[in-house]
Amino acid sequence: MFSETIELRGHIIDSLILPKVLDQILTHGANFKIGEIRIGKKRADQSFARIEVSAETGEALDELVLRLRQHGAEVVERADAQLAKAPADGVFPRDFYVTTNQQTFVRFDGKEIEVRPAMMDSAIAIDRKKRAARAVKFFDVRKDDEIIVGHQGIRVVPVQRSTSGTDLFQFINTIVDADEPKSAVIRELGRELQRARNAKGKIAIVGGPAIVRTGAGEHLVRLIESRYVDRLFAGNAFAVYDVERALFGTSLGVNPDLAFARGGHENHLRAINTIRESGGIAAAVEKRILTRGIMHTCVIHKVDVVLTGSIRDEGPIPGVTTDVVEAQKIMREKLADVTHVLLLGTVQHSLAVASMLAPTVNTVCVDIDPSAVERAVEHQPLQSIGLVTDVEPFLRELADRIANRDDTVGADRKQ
Amino acid sequence: MRELLLCPPDYYGIEYEINPWMSRARGTEAPLAQKQWKDLHATLSNLECKIHLITPQPKLPDMVFTANAGLTVGKKFIPSNFRHKERAGEAPHFARWMEEHGYEISWLPENLYFEGEGDALFGGDALFCGYKFRSDIQSHRAVADMLGCLVISVELVDPRFYHLDTCFCPLPDGAAVWFPAAFDEYGQRAIREHISDLIDVVPEEAVHFCSNAVVLDRVIVLPEGAPTLVAALRERGYRCHELPMSEFLKAGGACKCLVMFMPQRQAC
Repeated sequence: MFSETIELRGHIIDSLILPKVLDQILTHGANFKIGEIRIGKKRADQSFARIEVSAETGEALDELVLRLRQHGAEVVERADAQLAKAPADGVFPRDFYVTTNQQTFVRFDGKEIEVRPAMMDSAIAIDRKKRAARAVKFFDVRKDDEIIVGHQGIRVVPVQRSTSGTDLFQFINTIVDADEPKSAVIRELGRELQRARNAKGKIAIVGGPAIVRTGAGEHLVRLIESRYVDRLFAGNAFAVYDVERALFGTSLGVNPDLAFARGGHENHLRAINTIRESGGIAAAVEKRILTRGIMHTCVIHKVDVVLTGSIRDEGPIPGVTTDVVEAQKIMREKLADVTHVLLLGTVQHSLAVASMLAPTVNTVCVDIDPSAVERAVEHQPLQSIGLVTDVEPFLRELADRIANRDDTVGADRKQ
Repeated sequence: MRELLLCPPDYYGIEYEINPWMSRARGTEAPLAQKQWKDLHATLSNLECKIHLITPQPKLPDMVFTANAGLTVGKKFIPSNFRHKERAGEAPHFARWMEEHGYEISWLPENLYFEGEGDALFGGDALFCGYKFRSDIQSHRAVADMLGCLVISVELVDPRFYHLDTCFCPLPDGAAVWFPAAFDEYGQRAIREHISDLIDVVPEEAVHFCSNAVVLDRVIVLPEGAPTLVAALRERGYRCHELPMSEFLKAGGACKCLVMFMPQRQAC
C-alpha cells in the first residue's frame, strides 16, 4: 500500500468538497482515514480536514492525488527517512530503526513506500534502484547497505480491530483458561478454518512432540487428509516421534495406547536409523517403509514441511535444517503467505514462529502451560486465541468438527 | 446608482483560441461588434447606471470583457490572475485603473488562478465561485480570507461554460438563473442547498449565453435568443432587455462578460 496525507481547507462542507473528495477516493478504489477535522462554527468560518489516502500502487495514488488537487487538496510534505550505511556485514548502523510486526511505511525521495515483509525486530534497508524498503535481519545486512536510522519519515499503521463481530479471532481475542469450556471456540475455529480454506487462505501448523506422545497424531492426520494443513513447522523430535510411533507403536519408548507401558529409547534411535538409511522421510514413504503417521500423510498430501534442529536432537534425520540462521530464513519464507497458524504444544517453536508473523495472521495457541499460551498470544494481541488445554482433546474435537462439516459440504455439493 | 466598468471594443477580435467558442478562422465583424457594444452601453446608460470606461489596449482583445478584470467588494478590488498568458497582460491595466479611482488593491498570490467576477458572483449571503477551467479552487479560499465571507465553490464541467457567469446568474429576490448541466453533481447539490428558487435554462437557450445577464434590480439585460427564460423572468416581474451579442459570443462572452460591477457588493 502507498499513502499520502492531504489537507482540505475552506468552505469544504457548504461546497460539498469534503464529501466529493472522499467519494472520489473510494470510487478510484483507494481508501481514506480522516486524521483530523475541524468544522467552522460561524457561517464565514472555514473548515479543515486532514485525510490519509492509501492506494494499492504508487501510480494509482499519484493519479488520484492529482485529481484531488483539482478540488483543493494539498499534499502534506513530510520529511524523508534518514539513512546510514551499514558499517560491516551483519552490523547495523547505530540508531537503526527497529521494526514492529505492524504495517510500516517509510518516506523516501518524497514518496511513501511500504516495508516488506512486516517483520518485527528487524532493521529497514532501502534499495534505491528498486525504490523498495525491506525488513532485514542481522544476517541479511551487508557492508554499505543503506539502513534507516531514527524515527523520522516512518509511519506505523496498527491493525484495525474488526467491527463486524463475525470474525472469531477479533471477536474472542483472548485466552480460554483450563477450567473454561472450549467446545464453542473449537466449533467456531472449525468454521473459520473452513472459510480460510475456501478463500484460498494458507493454514500452518506448528507442532510439538506432545501431539504424537498424547496420541493426537491421528487427529492431525485427519486434518491433513481433509486438506486443512498447508504447512507444517516442527522440530527433529516431532518427526522422529511420529516415525517411531508409525514403525514401532511407541514414541520415546511410550506406547500411547497402553496405560503405563514404558520402554527405553531404543525404538527412538532405531526409527532415526531407519529414516537415515532410507535417505529421508519422503524416500521411506516411497519405499513403503513408512506407511502411516503424520509425516507419511504430509508426504502423500504434499504438505510443505519445515523441520528444524535443536541442540538436543538425536540424529538428526535427513531434511532437518540445523543451521539456525538458514532455518529462520526458510521459516520466514514459508510463513510469508500464511493466513492462519495453529501453535500446538511447543513453547519455543511457537514463540519463534509468532515473532515472524505479520500482525494480520490469525493465530491459535494451544498448550497445557498457561504461561506458554500467554507468551505466544502476546505477539498477536488483536488476532489470537489461546487455549489452555491438553493438545489431544483439542485436536480430536477440531478434527471431529471438520470431518462432520466436510461430510455436510460434500452432501451439498452432490445435490 | 450602480457603477459599472466597461471597455470599448477598439481592439476586440479573435486573435487566439482559449475556449471552445473561439475560432480564428471565423473571426468577428468589427463594425457589428462596435454596434452591439454601443447598444449595450446605451441600454445600461438609460438604466441610470454610472458607466466608467477603461482605455482599451492593443494586443489585448479580450480586455473588452471587463467582468474578468477582478472582483470588487466595497472599495476593495481583487485583480484577476489570468490562467492564459494571452490575457495576463490585462491585469496590470485594470489594477492601475482601479487604484487611480480610489480602490484598495488586494493581490492574490501569483500561483492562484482567479478570473474575477467571471467566476465569482454573490447570491444571497454567499459568494458563489466556479473552478476548474479558469479559476483554481485554492483562490476561492484566499478570496474568502480577504473578504471574510462564505464562499461556495462549484466545479464547472462543460468547457463551453468555462466561467461561472456563463451558466449562473443570481437574482436580487434570492432566486437564480442557471444551466445545471454545466456543474458537476456536487456543485448542483451545493447550489440547490443554498438557493431554493432556481430557474433552469434549457440547453438551446444556454448556448446563447442567456445566463450571462446584467441584473440591475428589477431590470435584466441579456443576450437575445432565450424566449423561454425571458418569459419566465417577465412572469416574475423582471423587465428584460434582449440584445444581439453574436460578435461577442464568438469569443465566448456576452452582456455580463462585458461589464464589471464597481462594486458587486458593498460588503459581504
